[in-house]
Amino acid sequence: MNIDLTKEELAFRDEVREFLATDYPQDIRRKQDEAIELSRDDMIRWQKTLYRRGWFAVNWPVEYGGTGWTAVQKYIFANELAAANTPAVIPFGVKMVAPIIYTFGSDEQKQRFLPDILDSTTWWCQGYSEPGSGSDLASLKTRADRDGNHYVVNGTKTWTTLGQYADWIFCLVRTSSDVARRQEGISFILIDMQTKGVTVNPIITIEGDHEVNEVHFDNVRVPVENLVGEEGKGWTYGKVLLQHERTNIAGVANSQYRLRKLKQSAAEPMRGTKALLDNDAFRRKIARLEIELKALEYTELRTLASVQVGQSPGPESSFLKIRGTELQQAMDALLVEAAGYYALPYVPAQYELDFPEGERIGRGTETISSLRYFNNRKASIYGGSNEIQKNIIAKHVLGL
Amino acid sequence: MDFSLSEEQAMLADSISRFIDTDYDFDTRQKIAASNGGFSPEMWRTFAELGWTAVPFAESDGGLDGGPVELMLMMEQFGRGLVVEPFLANIVLAGGVLRRIANAEQKARWLAPLIAGDLQAAFAVVEPQSRFDVANTASIAEASGDGYRLNGAKSVVLNGGAADLLVVPARTSGSQVDQGGITLFAIPAETLGVTRTSYTTVDGLQAAEIVLADVTVSKDAVLGEIDNAFATIAAVIDEATLAVSAEALGIMQTMHDRTVEYSKSRVQFGVPIGSFQALQHRMVDSLMACEQSRSLLYWCVMLYLSDDPRYRSAISALKYQVGTAGVKVAEEAVQIHGGMGVTWELDIAHYLKRMTAINIMFGNADYHLDRYVAAGDAQAG
Ligand SMILES: Cc1cc2nc3c(=O)[nH]c(=O)nc-3n(C[C@H](O)[C@H](O)[C@H](O)COP(=O)(O)OP(=O)(O)OC[C@H]3O[C@@H](n4cnc5c(N)ncnc54)[C@H](O)[C@@H]3O)c2cc1C
Repeated sequence: MNIDLTKEELAFRDEVREFLATDYPQDIRRKQDEAIELSRDDMIRWQKTLYRRGWFAVNWPVEYGGTGWTAVQKYIFANELAAANTPAVIPFGVKMVAPIIYTFGSDEQKQRFLPDILDSTTWWCQGYSEPGSGSDLASLKTRADRDGNHYVVNGTKTWTTLGQYADWIFCLVRTSSDVARRQEGISFILIDMQTKGVTVNPIITIEGDHEVNEVHFDNVRVPVENLVGEEGKGWTYGKVLLQHERTNIAGVANSQYRLRKLKQSAAEPMRGTKALLDNDAFRRKIARLEIELKALEYTELRTLASVQVGQSPGPESSFLKIRGTELQQAMDALLVEAAGYYALPYVPAQYELDFPEGERIGRGTETISSLRYFNNRKASIYGGSNEIQKNIIAKHVLGL
Repeated sequence: MDFSLSEEQAMLADSISRFIDTDYDFDTRQKIAASNGGFSPEMWRTFAELGWTAVPFAESDGGLDGGPVELMLMMEQFGRGLVVEPFLANIVLAGGVLRRIANAEQKARWLAPLIAGDLQAAFAVVEPQSRFDVANTASIAEASGDGYRLNGAKSVVLNGGAADLLVVPARTSGSQVDQGGITLFAIPAETLGVTRTSYTTVDGLQAAEIVLADVTVSKDAVLGEIDNAFATIAAVIDEATLAVSAEALGIMQTMHDRTVEYSKSRVQFGVPIGSFQALQHRMVDSLMACEQSRSLLYWCVMLYLSDDPRYRSAISALKYQVGTAGVKVAEEAVQIHGGMGVTWELDIAHYLKRMTAINIMFGNADYHLDRYVAAGDAQAG
């Protein structure tokens, strides 16, 4: 056991820092630091920046454009990016559908889809959940009926994150109901969002933003070559994806970044008033969160290390998801607490570009704290709710 | 000891409850909150006609002589209905100051129209640096000619934009955090030098940032005694804390009831999600949290009624309880509703937002725990 980074690892860290110093676009950096919402173009521009350096598809096999990094390199990379407050990569293409395609897809599908994901030419969204099928995903009802060389898709997907921007959606659909286990009738297909019969309706979430959608399929004709792998195997593929999703979801480095920022701002006294950090209860809350994050950081490292030696991220990935989202939400709540009354004004216009500084209400980004806290209540719900994760651990780890 | 309500009290609670059910459903509330101004003048008129705006005031002032029991009952219903009308700002806060220390002339000018529903008012007590410490007053009022000149800034003033009257604490002596040396002023909001920036708050209410730049007022604007306003301010804030705690209880109870109901109808894995013990235990915890909060609320109200010196620390105990338990109940309700819980469309999300705001207002859980400890009353039990 040894905690130190090797000389090579330190050199790698410097390389990442240098890249961030020179290539992280200034305007996007500014938006991130001022909590200004990124446009679709901003997100793509950042992803393309990573792609040009060869650092976008961190986890892919090298043959498809991945990095071939060690677990420690991935850890260093994630930490440096978080410390620079870079935008989160949109996971649906690079982290979710791509692994399914390169693991289970045909050569034709790999050629057709992976390069466009790699350079962010296409934007993907995830069509799993339905109004009646959330936690119990296997009960999904969206049908894909074979008609010659096409599937005819009918049904409704919901909670589709950023579907309003998407070119493609990957879906779990029912191709047969004549099976012993309902999971066996589910297939994994790729649907072009431009196809006739696809409609996207916004769902406004608690903080007032348009981030999720309902996607309706009305006799949508999808070529059979858009089926990934075998008909009826979609559930198995989807499960693999969910485990990937869960290891990506902890966000420890980002929580640590936010905690460091909070410690800095809470240390500043205000006009004749003691700094918040002088409050014992508040200081202890920060310390508790710091300790919990350190524990999770090392849990994540241990998971990464075991993935490195060939083990697949098993049910342990549920652990990262639960703790990671709990700590994110604790961080969200602490920022609200730090903002005090300034968590109350609902002033989204302050988070648009070139808002006149003199008219700002609250210090810095205080007034966005509550919106982020509300928005991120989703973290313990999506990607398989934390209750479902605990069920998985109880069953598959504890054998109950 | 007696927990029962008088006939009049029961009737008051009942009439507001029926009003919420028939005239203030969630859609109506959402429309009002999104409307220009953020509350409904017609609705406010109805509140006045029904006598609700008169409840806490003395009969001699044109009120109905209500006390903490009436306040609690009303606020609990307002919580249940997520009411955005400015009852707290007008009646509990600004009205609370006026009823305690305004002289006859000031009452005639300000309190009478307030009770009649013809005047909007706000209590501009929070400052950018003050957080929850109401003594922390950097706004200054200097003697000037026959009156005073005020300079300073006030933050997140509830109903500050619509207010015709601003009730403003300012420092007439002492240093920034002293309890002594604060004086209250009644200032027409249109007075020269008053600048207001209004906005909606995350819970759908209205507030404003207010800057006072060389605002000149006459002696008549002084409410109560010079330099001695702190006790009044503290009493009004304590009462407002009691009020929002009762409101919080209405919110918690509604969220809890709705969640239990939802868990019986939402089916996953072929069964209602309410059949999962992992959720059942948490809903039981929420129920207990509601009951515990209600107990402390009644305790506080009874101490208030008997003029018990433990009242002040009891208020802190109560606010600590509803702050921690209320947020927990609200977060659980959202979680158990799954994705539906975080949609704008469903009321559950809006209850969480109001609960979050209440947890902050007049001091969060940590602040009140500190205040409880400092009161040294932990042993008084
Ligand atoms: C903001 C947001 C973005 C999302 N993005 C996407 C997306 O891009 N694509 C996509 O396909 N989906 C997406 N989802 C959907 C998400 O995966 C589902 O919301 C989630 O699976 C929960 O389903 P549900 O909302 O129907 O809740 P339900 O399944 O109805 O669950 C309600 C409650 O019951 C609990 N529960 C259910 N079953 C059990 C059990 N057996 N034991 C104990 N407790 C249980 C749940 O944990 C939850 O607390 C998103 C959701 C949100 C909120």
